[in-house]
Amino acid sequence: MIHALANPTRFLKIARPLTPILFWSGLLLVLAGVWGGLTQTPPDYLQKESVRILYVHVPSAWLGMGGWSSLAIACFAYLVWRHPLASLAARAIAPVGAVFAALCLITGSIWGRPTWGTWWQWDGRLTSMLLLFFVYVAWIALERADRERGGDGRIPALFGIAGTVLLPVIRYSVVWWNTLHQGQSLTLTQSTIDDSMLWPLLLTLPGFSLLFGGLVLMRMRAVLAEQRVEARIRRMAA
Amino acid sequence: MKRKHQRLFLGLAALAAIGGASALALSALQDQAAFFYTPSDVATRKPDVDKAVRLGGMVEKGSLKHLKDGVTIAFVVADKEAKVPVRFTGVAPDLFKEGSGVVAEGKFTAEGGFVADNLLAKHDERYMPPEIADKMPSPDTLAK
Amino acid sequence: MNHWPFIIAAYAVVVAGVGGLSLFSWLAMRRAEAAAEALRNRP
Repeated sequence: MIHALANPTRFLKIARPLTPILFWSGLLLVLAGVWGGLTQTPPDYLQKESVRILYVHVPSAWLGMGGWSSLAIACFAYLVWRHPLASLAARAIAPVGAVFAALCLITGSIWGRPTWGTWWQWDGRLTSMLLLFFVYVAWIALERADRERGGDGRIPALFGIAGTVLLPVIRYSVVWWNTLHQGQSLTLTQSTIDDSMLWPLLLTLPGFSLLFGGLVLMRMRAVLAEQRVEARIRRMAA
Repeated sequence: MKRKHQRLFLGLAALAAIGGASALALSALQDQAAFFYTPSDVATRKPDVDKAVRLGGMVEKGSLKHLKDGVTIAFVVADKEAKVPVRFTGVAPDLFKEGSGVVAEGKFTAEGGFVADNLLAKHDERYMPPEIADKMPSPDTLAK
Repeated sequence: MNHWPFIIAAYAVVVAGVGGLSLFSWLAMRRAEAAAEALRNRP
């Protein structure tokens, strides 16, 4: 599987038609979920209308963390098999994941003001998520510096793998420590969100994920095209 | 082929080392990283009087009283094992009510009570429409 | 407290963030692929 995709020509053959499919189907699901979450679902018994922020906040958190897991997998694949496409994937994922992590923090802050009565508190969940955002930014800077200095990408790849320690910390922060943030509502097998309020989230969650995939493919195609141009210019100069 | 296996082994070893180191660091952090004291924490190892701390738990049902000055409220923060009386002067958040979660920022007094200068509402992980909530027993998952 | 200004603000931030990123990524891809195509077609 990895070896079949490692060939850029073969990769592009799949990525070209896949990009619009992922992007538009994702957007469609997101729009349907947002419509449902803003107009169709009942308000929460305690939080009232502000609970509607859930439908964009939870997917952002999920993709902020999921983005780092996929980045780390790409880094690992690059370290072990040295596939250039793996490091390219990591490079494409990082800014997208960082944007979603930032959206998670911002929407959470806007949610916190009317529900908790504060924009920000240094509790375990909020702090560890902010840390993940900084780690994204640091990784992007490190990867760029490594590339410009002609590095082989090993150091950013190691950093990418090391960063995964933050993911269980974020996930279990609400269990390990007393936090202002509420506990986990969604697990693979059960949900403490009433069905009448849950369904838009089940649209926006896969919707944003598909969108994420489409954006990563776009960025990978952009870098591949840039590399082709550079290689061509080098050959013409020689 | 051999080099690749070597790298795979090194990668996995590094992963295990990172995991182990952070597990150690986290277990050391356990007590420091708590955002607030629970009433049972207070019962076992009471924080110093006049030190700025946070106290979190459930607002006990029937304990909320409005004092004569009109702006001060008194209530009891409880978990399953212990209770702490709290006083607060100011505007409480919308979600603050009896039977719901609260995190109070303030200080313990010498008498064993707690004087809050800020209240934060804490809700739990359950989300439901009002019709359903009316039929359910009040949430108590916060009082662990 | 009326919650709708908060809800609208949260959704606006998401639209701006995801929309901006999509536009930026798409433009970058189009520009790069067009440049690659132009070079390939040159003798």
